[in-house]
Amino acid sequence: MWIYEKKLQFPINIRRADLQMAKFLFAQYGGPDSELSASQTYLAQRYTMPTPETKALLNDIGTEELAHWEMLGTMIYQLTKDASPEDMRAAGLGDYYATRGKGIFQQSPSGEGWNAGYIQVLDDPIANLVNDMAAEQKARAAYERLMNMTSDPDVIEPLARLRMREIVHFQRFGEALMSLQNACAHIYAKG
Amino acid sequence: MTQQEMLKKMQEISFTLVELNLFLDTHPENTDARAQYNRYAEQLARLRAQYNAAYGPTMNFGLCPAENAWSWIDAPWPWEN
Repeated sequence: MWIYEKKLQFPINIRRADLQMAKFLFAQYGGPDSELSASQTYLAQRYTMPTPETKALLNDIGTEELAHWEMLGTMIYQLTKDASPEDMRAAGLGDYYATRGKGIFQQSPSGEGWNAGYIQVLDDPIANLVNDMAAEQKARAAYERLMNMTSDPDVIEPLARLRMREIVHFQRFGEALMSLQNACAHIYAKG
Repeated sequence: MTQQEMLKKMQEISFTLVELNLFLDTHPENTDARAQYNRYAEQLARLRAQYNAAYGPTMNFGLCPAENAWSWIDAPWPWEN
């Protein structure tokens, strides 16, 4: 099970509303390569992983991704909470406001609801880990694009931290992949 | 330390522990990392107990005592600023 800790992984205190940026951040909240996708991928993949290290790593990174998903939700909440309906409309969020008000819904910036078809969960540990390494790089690149679209340090700083975590996860998944390939050398050697 | 400063310190120590935890998942025999993990875990437990005594619980489901009132429901929640 999970225990909630009443704190964010990193402090977030956004003082200036920016509805355009809030809209873009939905990419990492509920889009294909979002933190939500990452958490659901790793936490589902862990069941059939073959080694103690890989079970633990997917469990623990999957859990950390939930904390990152909470950071994205927090950023969107703080960026939108003081906006008027007119502000929402002017920022291209009129459709959103008409449908959900200011609820923080799992969707992409263009409005597609989050979908399990975004993710891959197989019983092949090598395929899973290679998929996960690609997911971390896609998320790293996404944070770079998001950071290119704002100059507000209150937004950039948490995005930079999240970007850094993608790099660390990629590194750990790479180590897990190597350990698995060594442990399974007798299988792969058969060609 | 103010409440904000104490919370930030907890976030810093917790972050170090997440980092060490993931490292140990792929390097379980690394005794240096394990010693660091234990050192920071002890610091976090101490700081969390102080914070909980002053400002209420930070964890639910029985992991923090609820001494004087059910202050778990009190603001601010982490997403609020």
